[in-house]
Amino acid sequence: MTVLVIADHDNSALKGAVMNTVTAASALGDVHVLIAGKDCNAAAEQAAALTGVGKVLMADADIYAHALAETITPLVLSIAGDYSHILLPATTFGKNAAPRIAALLDTQQLSDISGVVDADTFERPIYAGNAIATVKSADPVKVITVRGTAFDAAQPGESAEISAINDAGDPGLSRFIGTELTKSDRPELTAAKVIISGGRGMQSGDNFVLLEKVADILGAAVGASRAAVDSGFVSNDYQVGQTGKIVAPELYIAVGISGAIQHLAGMKDSKVIVAINKDEEAPIFQIADYGLVADLFTAVPALEAELNK
Amino acid sequence: MKVLVAVKRVIDYNVKIRVKSDETGVETANVKMSMNPFDEIAVEEGVQMREAGTADELIALSIGPQQAQETIRTALAMGADRGIHIQTDEEIEPLAVAKLMKAIVDKESPDLIIVGKQAIDDDSNQTGQMLAALLDWPQATFASKIEMADGGMTVVREIDGGLETINVNLPAVVTTDLRLNTPRYASLPNIMKAKKKPIDAMSPADLGIDVSPRLTTLKVVDPPKREAGVIVESVEELVDKLRNEAKVIS
Repeated sequence: MTVLVIADHDNSALKGAVMNTVTAASALGDVHVLIAGKDCNAAAEQAAALTGVGKVLMADADIYAHALAETITPLVLSIAGDYSHILLPATTFGKNAAPRIAALLDTQQLSDISGVVDADTFERPIYAGNAIATVKSADPVKVITVRGTAFDAAQPGESAEISAINDAGDPGLSRFIGTELTKSDRPELTAAKVIISGGRGMQSGDNFVLLEKVADILGAAVGASRAAVDSGFVSNDYQVGQTGKIVAPELYIAVGISGAIQHLAGMKDSKVIVAINKDEEAPIFQIADYGLVADLFTAVPALEAELNK
Repeated sequence: MKVLVAVKRVIDYNVKIRVKSDETGVETANVKMSMNPFDEIAVEEGVQMREAGTADELIALSIGPQQAQETIRTALAMGADRGIHIQTDEEIEPLAVAKLMKAIVDKESPDLIIVGKQAIDDDSNQTGQMLAALLDWPQATFASKIEMADGGMTVVREIDGGLETINVNLPAVVTTDLRLNTPRYASLPNIMKAKKKPIDAMSPADLGIDVSPRLTTLKVVDPPKREAGVIVESVEELVDKLRNEAKVIS
């Protein structure tokens, strides 16, 4: 069996989740990686060097300068016949493109898998991770998106061959206009190793500066509960939870967050959870590795001072 | 412009999910059900277009059991003009949902379809993209802003690390992300008015669509359980534990 991984990249480098996707693919068979881009040689070489990758297919053309699902899909369909499985990382790129490919292959996609049982059977979280389903596919070709945090990253090893393939044309349905990437010295929530989040207990948006000071020491991202977003303290892109971002950092510090189900669903796979809350009955303490029952307005500045020691 | 939105009836987002002891799924009996939160955003966007005069008709579609009509009524109370209910008691996978929706699109010819980016039960995040593929339409997924532009539409999308702006031809499929709008609550007079709005009911067979599942769920289990840890007495103790016991900070 040969497995195709469709890489998410910015032409010069692969996105981190591609490495984890290659590991998931290696459990299924020989791995080929498709790099569609413009001047994407550096990304192709990086993919070719990953352990487990047997071949890299590179489609270098103007139409692939930006990863539009409408243009990538015909390219994938032009080579799909050679593969038993087509895997994409569950990044916004993968989530956007995979179902378009799956529908045209008449196959029911498996989203966000967290485990490979065998060639037809996979584990995936449902209900925001509150249940894990084991699902078997009867389709001849499987289209799958892979939850990066559930698999180890493939490491560099021997280099595989890079083979150029032809582009498949632009259907002309959509056009890229621009990107506005969040300019912040802090990492983005879904990629951060440490996250410090505030809830309704923060009382105002201005008080989030307390969390930002700690975040800057730890190289952490700042998040928020839905209650904090609904109260207007911070904008929606801070939201961690079932209807916000699902995160699994090494360390998650929940400050003034009671632990509503919808918030826990977004962060309970974090490796270490710290809760700071003045209400000792708060449900967040039932899942926290370390709990501190204290007023956040004294505890957080004290935390900042202690970390600076 | 004619706009079609799709709404799914799911377990309310505030309900704690309980996995059935026979591992066949999650408990849905006597559990509060609501409209999928991302679909509420889709309906709100359609209603705002209707109010702004950009849209002259807004249709709300749901696929599911008899009670899915309640979800359609909610959309009608928010401001949709009429409903379509494809009634089935079977679990319908996203590919089949997309095929059923395509059959409706072939009959209704909307100019724009707005759906939630994912349902919070199966978390698939597939239907909008699949429907766009089957129709050979563009897809503007994870939208946080929509503006009509010459002969098409400009959409700001939530991507990892920021925002992306694209321009798509019409007709198109849009899937909603959180920041697109804040859905309204239906007022009591509008809830009363919604009871008189028409809902057209049909079955998958009426549309000639095969909805047999492609996936078999072998089991559904609880995720690995997290045990409560320790209560620390001070910030000093907390930092010491994080540095020397958990080793997650340096």
